Amino acid sequence: MADIDYLLKKQSFIELDARQRAKSLLDATSQKELLDPFARVMSPWLIKQNIVPQADDGVVVIKGTLEGRPAVVISIEGVFQGGSLGEVGGAKIAGALELAVEDNRNHIPTVAILLLETGGVRLQEANLGLAAIAEIQAAIVALRQYQPVIGVVAGSVGCFGGMSIAAGLCSYLIMTQEGRLGLNGPQVIEQEAGLQEYNAKDRPFIWSICGGEQRFKTGLIDAYIDDNREQIKAQIIEFIQQGSPQRPRCMQAEHYLEKLQHLDTTQQISPAEVQALYQGEKA
Amino acid sequence: MEILNFEFSASEAAAKSALVGCVGSGDLEILMEPSSSSVTTIQVITSVDGSEQRWKNLFERIFSESKQCAVNIEIHDFGATPGVVRLRLEQAFEEVQHG
Repeated sequence: MADIDYLLKKQSFIELDARQRAKSLLDATSQKELLDPFARVMSPWLIKQNIVPQADDGVVVIKGTLEGRPAVVISIEGVFQGGSLGEVGGAKIAGALELAVEDNRNHIPTVAILLLETGGVRLQEANLGLAAIAEIQAAIVALRQYQPVIGVVAGSVGCFGGMSIAAGLCSYLIMTQEGRLGLNGPQVIEQEAGLQEYNAKDRPFIWSICGGEQRFKTGLIDAYIDDNREQIKAQIIEFIQQGSPQRPRCMQAEHYLEKLQHLDTTQQISPAEVQALYQGEKA
Repeated sequence: MEILNFEFSASEAAAKSALVGCVGSGDLEILMEPSSSSVTTIQVITSVDGSEQRWKNLFERIFSESKQCAVNIEIHDFGATPGVVRLRLEQAFEEVQHG
């Protein structure tokens, strides 16, 4: 039976907006938002295409301390344009990560936490968004040499497209049951492969492939936890204390390729079989 | 998409700035900042075309009921209903006066 008392007292992380999520992680007195909405660094491309912009371009960057350690939290607003990244939002993330790298070179051990809620590149700003995502990926790899970079995919927008590759580059990934992680979004796959192959409206099916639980059971992420502010924060702190992993997952391509080579693709593989394929005995 | 501008007379300047809402479906984002003059200016960028009269009616109702403090307002609207707009404006006014 569900623990009613726990459910009533639990504070959801997903129900917070991007700014509140970032603020909920950092020490209260330390926070400073970089390029806040009143700086008005907005997308110059959306208005030209008759799309209403948002003052922070859907990206919130807050520097501060996390339990006394210097940290930068980068949070994407999934409600605005599906959390898509254009020129401005992408540059804010890349710039924040590059500042963290510079901090580390100056012996300030800044860690970065990415709260990912994004469909990937913003199609209206295609090439500029792609270029920004490449910069983000390069900055994650640079920062990872100094401090762990921790990605959190909490909400149901999930993390797709180029930003799923950025997620894959993180030192640690945390997901909830609600979160999804994959290269192509379900609707894109449905559009390209057809409804018979992939029905984006079939929620149990979609989550059985790219949902947080499945991603954890296949060993593609590092923590699968409840939608709970305290637990998410505690997990982030635990990973920071662990330091960078010995061998990041993205350096193990050969291990995964080897497993995929033995896969019989004539039959549709089930979620449980994917777990067994990647995890072997552990699944 | 349309860009609309409005002006209303107002009382003393607000104490601080406030940001409320989000440019998400059925919602809007309001940036409210103290105005140096005794005039409240409003710029609305809305995804709904042909809605000028509705915005005008809504603002006239709010600003004729009671004199609000002087602020510059920027609204990024993504199809919010008048009820939602009003709640968000009241939320922002509360924050710039008391927050």
